[in-house]
Amino acid sequence: MAEILTKTRARNIFYAGSLFFVVIFVVLTVNSHRYVVNTSTAGMPLTEEVVLGKHVWERHSCINCHTLHGEGAYFAPEVGNVMTRWGVQDDPEAAFETLQSWMNSQPSGVEGRRQMPNFNLTDEEIRALAEFLRWADQTDTQGWPPNDAG
Amino acid sequence: MKYETQKVAYAYFVCAMALFAIQVLGGLLAGWIYVSPNFLSELLPFNIIRMIHTNALIVWLLLGFFGAAYFLVPEESEREIYSVKLAYLQLAILVVGTLGAVGSYLVGIHGGREFLEQPLWVKFGILVAALIFLFNISMTVLAGKKTAITNVLLMGLWLLSLLWIFAFINPDNLSLDKMYWWFVVHLWVEATWELVMAAILAFLLLKLTGVDREVVEKWLYVIVATALFSGILGTGHHFYWIGLPGYWQWIGSIFSTFEVIPFFLMMSFAFVMVWKGRRNHPNKAALLWSLGSSTVAFFGAGVWGFLHTLHGVNFYSHGTQITAAHGHLSFYGAYVALNLAIFTYAMPILRQRQPYNQVLNMASFWLMTGGMAFMTFVLTFAGTIQTHMQRVIGDYFMEVQDSLSIFYMMRFGAGIAVVLGALLFVYSQLVIRNREIIEPGPAQPVAGE
Repeated sequence: MAEILTKTRARNIFYAGSLFFVVIFVVLTVNSHRYVVNTSTAGMPLTEEVVLGKHVWERHSCINCHTLHGEGAYFAPEVGNVMTRWGVQDDPEAAFETLQSWMNSQPSGVEGRRQMPNFNLTDEEIRALAEFLRWADQTDTQGWPPNDAG
Repeated sequence: MKYETQKVAYAYFVCAMALFAIQVLGGLLAGWIYVSPNFLSELLPFNIIRMIHTNALIVWLLLGFFGAAYFLVPEESEREIYSVKLAYLQLAILVVGTLGAVGSYLVGIHGGREFLEQPLWVKFGILVAALIFLFNISMTVLAGKKTAITNVLLMGLWLLSLLWIFAFINPDNLSLDKMYWWFVVHLWVEATWELVMAAILAFLLLKLTGVDREVVEKWLYVIVATALFSGILGTGHHFYWIGLPGYWQWIGSIFSTFEVIPFFLMMSFAFVMVWKGRRNHPNKAALLWSLGSSTVAFFGAGVWGFLHTLHGVNFYSHGTQITAAHGHLSFYGAYVALNLAIFTYAMPILRQRQPYNQVLNMASFWLMTGGMAFMTFVLTFAGTIQTHMQRVIGDYFMEVQDSLSIFYMMRFGAGIAVVLGALLFVYSQLVIRNREIIEPGPAQPVAGE
């Protein structure tokens, strides 16, 4: 390395440069936070039911098989657009019924097929989960996923 | 061992290796379920096994980092650790927390944010343990000599502990949840952990090659500067499709492309130091792991990361087996192998068995690295096919998965090699083979030391 770059200079560049990027990152984070609240997720109110659905989603650690907006485990299908895939995104009642019949038929027990546990959810919980998935589906995700297959 | 209190590291390393064994066995089990999906499906579903696989990994890597700090800080600061009792208390909290987390996962009690599934009391335990650690190690450094290695190491450990705060912040809004979640996940593995990695690597190369400290430390600052300059805004490559503004596509693409640089520099650093170094250190295994770690990290984190980081590519590859391929090789190269490098260097010293041939250890390196490389290749092929079938053509997920079964079988085979390598490594560290103890050579001080 060039003689002009002494250890002290390298250290100072590290500290000052890192601070510079931290500041930019914080500013962009504030802007993104506002964008999420006011724009990208504003299409549907964040009701208590949606929040309950998120808790159901978390309590059963669905993320460790499924992906949601592409994040999670890759063992089971993407669910960020599952309501669109099922064609029930705009119909809360149909969303609930479809999800209910799906959840109640698990595990399928079919030999050689990946198994989803039965989580013994109440109807209230299934309804909340359906609302949560509809809420996630309406998020503006910059056009992702490329198609309904997720 | 120059300082008596370095002995603390031994307990950390042993606990870390026990969790390492649990982690790889959990991974093998998960890999088998991909091949034979009905296996254990009612008793121990896939999501529980995966939580154990990922959580055990994270905790053992952290235990390794803490142990490494307790090992190298006394030598760097030239004084004993502030409090040995606190160090053991910290370890006890972490071990109880980890066992508690695994136990509660097995009975179905867990959170649902990926990698942060620990029950709240475990999260607090981790926080308390981190605070004890920071206090203990900072008191040691403040009272002793300050070097670039301890500066960078402490900065990394302080920042990663501070970022743990975001593990407690879980907004109801899913997109905000995801954004702040990455503050822990990305800013750990693609920023602050890189500081810890670079500092430990610098310490190892200093000891193993005998290159002048000024040179090593200048490299260290340049490496960590490129790591944070690219890594902080590089967070943007996780913000493309989760409901955040579109400008992240450009910021994320550009800065995460630069994330290759610190890994390239670490690899260059390791090789240049070995070429320049005039010391013929007897611990060849530690040198192998150091060079191997920086090389595999460059490929796993650098090359495989870049492979799918540009937003135009990621639009199609996001959340496929491509991500899994990258995740496995980058964690192995950057953090697993580096931890195993410092264990390999420190264990013979901690057990007063120097100099010591570590043939079995070196065999385990090739077995594990070969296995991980093969696993990465097959997952990359699987991911490429998945991307095409599912994202371009639009076939449904389960149909696509059925046509990938051959790759999952090969991945399981690779997993067996990795597990055997890991168990061989643990054996080689814990059992001293008399055949491998060698006579010290004549002490020849090298000029310039």
